[in-house]
Amino acid sequence: MAALINVPQRARRGDIIEIKTLMSHIMETGYRRTATGDVVPRDIITSFTCRYNGTEIFRAELFPAIAANPFISFFTTAAESGTFDFEWIGDNGFSATAKAAITVE
Amino acid sequence: MRQFRIILTLLLAACPLRANDIPQDARRSGSTFMAPETRAMQDDDTANPGMLWVQEGEALWTRADGAAGKTCADCHGDAQASMRGVAARYPAFDRELGRPVDLEARINLERARHQEAPALPYESRQLLALTAFVARQSQGMPITAGQDPELAPFVEGGHALFTRREGQLNLSCANCHDDNWDKHLAGSAITQAHPTGYPLYRLEWQSLGSLQRRLRGCIFGVRAQPYEFGAPELVALELYLMTRAAGMAMEAPAVRP
Repeated sequence: MAALINVPQRARRGDIIEIKTLMSHIMETGYRRTATGDVVPRDIITSFTCRYNGTEIFRAELFPAIAANPFISFFTTAAESGTFDFEWIGDNGFSATAKAAITVE
Repeated sequence: MRQFRIILTLLLAACPLRANDIPQDARRSGSTFMAPETRAMQDDDTANPGMLWVQEGEALWTRADGAAGKTCADCHGDAQASMRGVAARYPAFDRELGRPVDLEARINLERARHQEAPALPYESRQLLALTAFVARQSQGMPITAGQDPELAPFVEGGHALFTRREGQLNLSCANCHDDNWDKHLAGSAITQAHPTGYPLYRLEWQSLGSLQRRLRGCIFGVRAQPYEFGAPELVALELYLMTRAAGMAMEAPAVRP
């Protein structure tokens, strides 16, 4: 699954940086029905986490009211050079990961 | 007063515009009707969900498909160079078929003729992804569709459809998009019908969609029977709308509410 990640490549130590993530997912609510009346089964992302050099810095639970292709943006303090690891987990065994590197000077 | 009327008549005669057309300098992209938040979403490549399809299309570009086992890149090379400006001139005239084809149909023709691959269904993820990837290469370029003289009768045909009343509401496209574009329909802005950003991500659709999908939505809205995807009438409408927007900047993949 495709994801778009926007993390600044460089930052000064102590800077507050914005991290933006966009994940490709239909986010089917489970409340819709087909023309013949059958329920369209729920298929959503249920959890998103971001780790900064292994330490969890952000976590979100997602629910059916969240739109398709969830865009999640948050802020953190640039502490040291390293990697951000992103993970999305959802229904039907959905799992996706992405990485982004940052240089802190 | 009489003199004024003569000048006005002369001006109108000199002007290549059709009656009721929006004056060239009053033309606006649909993006100028949107809330600043939605425009910001369109302008930021990492917030614009349409870029997810562009990213997928980029991967498909270099993936072999069909009996011939060829990729798009085998013939076209680097899309950044070879596809620059292509979407801006579509729908284009196909000499073999003797009629205009839009970008989606062109991709499927190329698949059939060169990759020996089956056509991708309209609005399928793969077709939208490839179309978005190709269209993206024209971002910021002026629309040039309709310059081929062979297209003239089809542009006229599209314009005739645009101004023809239809459906239970008995409305033509022009009733809204020429005559009332500065007003609202319920809470939504009526725009000028300049298809600068297709395929585009519509928040209402929660997905990327083609211009044909948008046209079918409008036709359904006036309670008429929509043409099937790929119908010559839809392509003629697409062609007329692109010539209507000639010279305006391509925005694909755009975001719309």
